[in-house]
Amino acid sequence: MPNIDRRIVFILVALAVIIPMLLSVNLPVSVSEPTQKFYDYVEALPAGSTIMIAFDYGPSSLAELNPMAKALLKQCFDRDIRVIAITLVVDAPTLANALIQEVAAEKEAVEGEDYVFLGFRPGPVQVILGMGIDIASVYDTDYNGTAISEIPMMQNITNYDQIDLLVDFASSDTIESWIIYANDRYNQQIAAGVTGVIIAQMFPYLQTGQLVGLLSGILGAAEYENLVGAPAKGMQWINVESFVHLLIVILVIIGNITYFIYRTREG
Amino acid sequence: MDFWSLIGIWVAAFLTLSIYSVLYRDNPFYRFAEHLFVGVSVGYGIVLSVYQGLVPFALKPLWETVTTGAPEGFIKLIPICIGLLFFARLSPRHTWLIRYPIAILIGYGSGIAIPNVLRANIFEQTRGTIAPFAEIAAGTLSGWGVVEAILMVAGVICTLTYFFFSVEHRGPVKWLSKVGIAFLMIGFGSAFGNTVMGRVALLIQRVDFLLGDWLRIIS
Repeated sequence: MPNIDRRIVFILVALAVIIPMLLSVNLPVSVSEPTQKFYDYVEALPAGSTIMIAFDYGPSSLAELNPMAKALLKQCFDRDIRVIAITLVVDAPTLANALIQEVAAEKEAVEGEDYVFLGFRPGPVQVILGMGIDIASVYDTDYNGTAISEIPMMQNITNYDQIDLLVDFASSDTIESWIIYANDRYNQQIAAGVTGVIIAQMFPYLQTGQLVGLLSGILGAAEYENLVGAPAKGMQWINVESFVHLLIVILVIIGNITYFIYRTREG
Repeated sequence: MDFWSLIGIWVAAFLTLSIYSVLYRDNPFYRFAEHLFVGVSVGYGIVLSVYQGLVPFALKPLWETVTTGAPEGFIKLIPICIGLLFFARLSPRHTWLIRYPIAILIGYGSGIAIPNVLRANIFEQTRGTIAPFAEIAAGTLSGWGVVEAILMVAGVICTLTYFFFSVEHRGPVKWLSKVGIAFLMIGFGSAFGNTVMGRVALLIQRVDFLLGDWLRIIS
């Protein structure tokens, strides 16, 4: 047993993913408090409010963050909340633009009136601080090259004072930059959706109120889809995830029992 | 589905399988996909940084200044010239010039970061740790909320004690630091569990792509 070929574990994990996916297993999804807080905050915003969404993730974190971003965009367009999208991550613009266009087409949202994607600018701290004074000083054009002064929904938006909520979908420390520079310096309300890898370090910010809501990885995505009433990939994948977690727990237990048996025999 | 989308799906499927083939053993397909990913990522990053950073913030304003002749526009030349000093590194005789942009960056970075980081990460977190006790005193927090508040303070004190090296860890200090280790272990366990969840989600997304978009077995 101690010398088991690790490829057997890989095959078991692959089967734990493929079989539930083929069988379309549905398990109940409950909603955690941080997700509920996030949802309630967005729901409480009146129609015509403005949310800024930072797509701060690249292809390697797309699996966890795209489903939650999609659910939030649907909620915003359904409730006539305007969306300003940006990114601080260099490999994000193409992915973010594709996702926004997909949801906008589905919800018949109009570019420039219901949403705008401003794209990427280098230097995260400078971008965050610059937008606190004047968004146009950082983004003089949107992602398509249209001058920001010619975009209808940007006419009355100068800086964070006109942004009701900033949502950062992040796979790295960009969320800390948003908290340190946008929340602390400009009192901008912030919510976040983050990958499982960094979720543990985000909870202190939630407890202090520096974050008004928090979505954690694929579980947060599934919970949010559930709340929005638009079940999609998040709900599908969390079911599969549960089977893999069960397998991992079983493997950890077997591994520990085997370890103690061998140690007892050798000792 | 158009022809190029189909090609894209087949290329993505080939690269996905190539990457996962390393789970069996190292092979040329894996190395090809790995090098391609690194190359494409770097190339894409450079092009985007040039067109969304260098062009709008340096070249465009400079060109406008040159063509219009507006004297106030020439102030942009100062940061541009300071930035160009980074390339002094390429000349052994002028390497020393790189100290100026680095000094400005460090000075600016520290000045911006220190007060804000202290406020957001130290003062706010300290307030957040003791604030629940004000709620307990006011009678607005009870039950599990009280237990959580006590656990949080105990965790902070014990964990900080573990990292307090000015006193020898004996007697009460030793036991406090041992409890601190337990809190640290719980924190690491939580972080590891969430990391597993994240990594498995990546696998699920790729399998979903292979079974859905590529093989069309699932909808």
